[in-house]
Amino acid sequence: MLAIVAGWLLLGVAGLFALHRLRFVARILFPAGGLLGVALLVAAAAALPASPETVVLPIGLPSLPFHFRLDSLSAFFILTIGGAAAGVSAFAAGYFREGEGTPPGLLCLQYHVFLASMVLVVLADDAYAFMVLWETMALSSFFLVTTNHRIAEIRRAGYLYLLIAHIGAIGILLCFGVLQADSGDYTFAGMRAQHLSPFWASMAFLLALFGFGAKAGILPLHVWLPEAHPAAPSPVSALMSGVMLKTAIYGFLRISYDLLDAQIWWWGVLTLAIGLATALFGVVFSAVQVDMKRLLAYSSIENIGLLFAGIGLAILFSAFGMKPMAALALTAALYHVVSHAFFKSLLFVGTGAVLHATSERSLGKLGGLIRYMPWVAWASLIGVLASAGLPPLGGFVSEWLLLQSFLFAPQLPNSYLNMLVPAAAALIALIAALAGYTMVKFFGVIFLGQPREEKLSQAHDAGGWERIGMVWLAAGSVLLGLLPVQVIRLIDPVTQQLVQAGLGSVAGQSNWLLVPVAVERASYGPAIFFSGVALGSVLAFAFVKALYHGKTRRSAPWDCGYPWQTPRMQDTAEGFGQPIRQIFEPLFRMRRELPRANDLAPKYRVTVEDHFWHWLYEPVAVVVEHAARVIGRLQQGRIAVYLLYSFLTLIGMLIWVTV
Amino acid sequence: MSLSSVACQVLEIVAALALAPLLSGWVNQCRAWLQNKSAPSLLQPYRALHKLFNKDSVLADRASSMLRASPYIVFGCMVLACAIIPTLSTELPLSAVADGIALVGLFALARVFISLAAMDVGTAFGTLGARREMLIGFLAEPALLMVLFTASLVSQSTSLTTIVETLAQRDLAIYPSLALAAVAFTIVSLAENARVPVDNPATHLELTMIHEALILEYSGRHLGLLEWAASLKLYAYSAIGLALFFPWGVARAASPFALLLALPVLVLKLAIVGFLLALLETLSAKMRIFRVPEFLATAFLLAVMAMLTRILLGS
Repeated sequence: MLAIVAGWLLLGVAGLFALHRLRFVARILFPAGGLLGVALLVAAAAALPASPETVVLPIGLPSLPFHFRLDSLSAFFILTIGGAAAGVSAFAAGYFREGEGTPPGLLCLQYHVFLASMVLVVLADDAYAFMVLWETMALSSFFLVTTNHRIAEIRRAGYLYLLIAHIGAIGILLCFGVLQADSGDYTFAGMRAQHLSPFWASMAFLLALFGFGAKAGILPLHVWLPEAHPAAPSPVSALMSGVMLKTAIYGFLRISYDLLDAQIWWWGVLTLAIGLATALFGVVFSAVQVDMKRLLAYSSIENIGLLFAGIGLAILFSAFGMKPMAALALTAALYHVVSHAFFKSLLFVGTGAVLHATSERSLGKLGGLIRYMPWVAWASLIGVLASAGLPPLGGFVSEWLLLQSFLFAPQLPNSYLNMLVPAAAALIALIAALAGYTMVKFFGVIFLGQPREEKLSQAHDAGGWERIGMVWLAAGSVLLGLLPVQVIRLIDPVTQQLVQAGLGSVAGQSNWLLVPVAVERASYGPAIFFSGVALGSVLAFAFVKALYHGKTRRSAPWDCGYPWQTPRMQDTAEGFGQPIRQIFEPLFRMRRELPRANDLAPKYRVTVEDHFWHWLYEPVAVVVEHAARVIGRLQQGRIAVYLLYSFLTLIGMLIWVTV
Repeated sequence: MSLSSVACQVLEIVAALALAPLLSGWVNQCRAWLQNKSAPSLLQPYRALHKLFNKDSVLADRASSMLRASPYIVFGCMVLACAIIPTLSTELPLSAVADGIALVGLFALARVFISLAAMDVGTAFGTLGARREMLIGFLAEPALLMVLFTASLVSQSTSLTTIVETLAQRDLAIYPSLALAAVAFTIVSLAENARVPVDNPATHLELTMIHEALILEYSGRHLGLLEWAASLKLYAYSAIGLALFFPWGVARAASPFALLLALPVLVLKLAIVGFLLALLETLSAKMRIFRVPEFLATAFLLAVMAMLTRILLGS
């Protein structure tokens, strides 16, 4: 495992020696990185059921070596990283071009350091190594986000990302401080041995929720996602959204399930509530976006919310000792981790291909691309269906498992929770349906209809490497959808490790039927399901063909007989979002400019913003700026004054020492 | 999986394919009677299908394969939906493949494909219809799911056959949770099947149409398949309603005698449902499209209340 990571780092260093040789970097180094990703996937799958291995590497400070440990939980996340990275690397081989800010060789170094640090974060077994690698991950991704650093907006987005990543890192650092419980032992093994009082355990949990939540993008720390994702090059957005957010999920699971020895029920309620709020917020905002990458960024916020909701439910169940149900909810969350990694990476690289072919990111200027870019369109369709949570693809399995676990909530021994938790299931259903709305808008506006701009008819399809990457990711999404039993057998060791229960034994009874509890209770067989729909369609086709003549004629579109149609008469992205804007109006901060009846040059403009910017971030920014100005007065620029400060500090410390 | 249960499954699908246009024809006939019009023949939908299949299919010159593939996919989805809902017997091998949640997902899959197909040509009405269809869908889908959840809390199962078996064994009494769920389900099925007061299947009134706007660019065999799929959807929704709220009369075993009894019972139940639907459509007026979200939100809230009633009161 470490050898593969070292291989990634070597590829990065090799890129440094070929700073401007794009051909070499793109044709040799990135595909090699992709192959290492596949190797990592295989190695992690093999390591999943094995017992934990530890290794101590003498790097870093003399008395503080790096501890690494490979157990089922880390192996599962490494599997996710490897699988998604393989596809994204293959796509990146065809994606990066000359003249995009950072030279290709340096980009290759940053990219592979980013990949390696994500794997190592997941492997880290002491707080020191974890924090160092966590920061490496944040910094390398910051440089990747600001690849086009000549554009001011991109620098601004990168800065915002770095800021929130560091606020989160402070939370994580403090959390480790609480977890070591005054023992001075910062290894995870030492933390596991500690027994914290409920108060300190809750403190550690809240700090972890805050710290990892900032990285994952839960409410109200989500603001960096819609800024950073559009700014970054598409393969980088794919990795950040599909994979990097998952390292935060990993950290949260590691602390709340592994390092803290018991759970308190209100942690679960809190996580569930925050998760649901985040998911609803994300999906509603994603439905009104007009920039395709911002739309996907908000959709990532939604998916992170669903993950936190699943984990919250699992914590709730395990706090009441209902282990099989906790395992069910946790399996749903982990399933969503890997399926989201595949379909969101796929959608992001799809937008990358569209961006290269058209140099447009705004939905209002795209359209009809299915005729010019069929590969990208059909691959994206798979991602869209998976993201909308439709059977028989990957997104539906996790949604199905999550809803099944919500149906066990009435068995909770607390009567208030009994009542509230099923209401949460209603919200999940609403969120899933809204995700479908958003995804139809995404796919329909970009790929269907008429081109909204003249130049779109010159759009070219993705190249060979890009196709390989997209087909890999699409195949992953399809297999995750069709073979849930096999995937759940992989997840089983992880839930066994975390909650000492798993679905493997029940789910493993049949290869084609996913049975989480008992066949009378619920079952789902996606492969047969898919064959059923396919058989129905094919038989319908065959019968119509056999019994009737089946002639087809081409002519102008009908559209109720109106012949003078232009592309501008299609629904726009704004128009498609209009019902959502109307129904969920209180959630938005909206400004509208409507034309008057006698305007000669009528203008219609609507801007939709986040309440959090206005009510949370701007006041904080004002306070910080004010404080900085007050403290700035200390900086006089005269040496005498600074000497005075030193003198006063010295006096103060002497007094403190003597008293 | 025995031979007789496979026979049951096949019979169930054949019954759906054959009875679905008849149900649409019956609803049209009842509505015409109630509105003092002379009614079309009961077999009119079959004739219309035959005519459509015999015609050339005229496609827009810029249509992609999305437009051509969607009718078949939608039709396939509806056939599978009809196959997993127990109407004649609960001995259905395919029912284990998809439970209530997957059934909702199946309807959503069909809806997404028909909406994408409507956006394919890029005409004003197609995209408008797609937007409205998805709007109705995202409000109706969670409501339908909550209705199914209420029933599955009663039967401790999301499997449709288990739900029918459990509900059919209960005493004949009005359960508050199921009554609320029935109201919610009625609203949802009116909206999902493009019926008055949400949509009017009988008109081409341009600014109000939803379902007709979606299929405006279709003709010939593609339109025929979509019309058939629409009547299958009406049949499927009627079957869900019957399965949840009037589950009596569905054969428990795969014996020929039980099936022989179940078929006339089903036809009778469908006839009553069809008449009630026509009555509802005649009594209500079409509402403005902006009012539809409120109408469907009512259904959603009713369904959630039904579920809470079940959890809190156990009734």
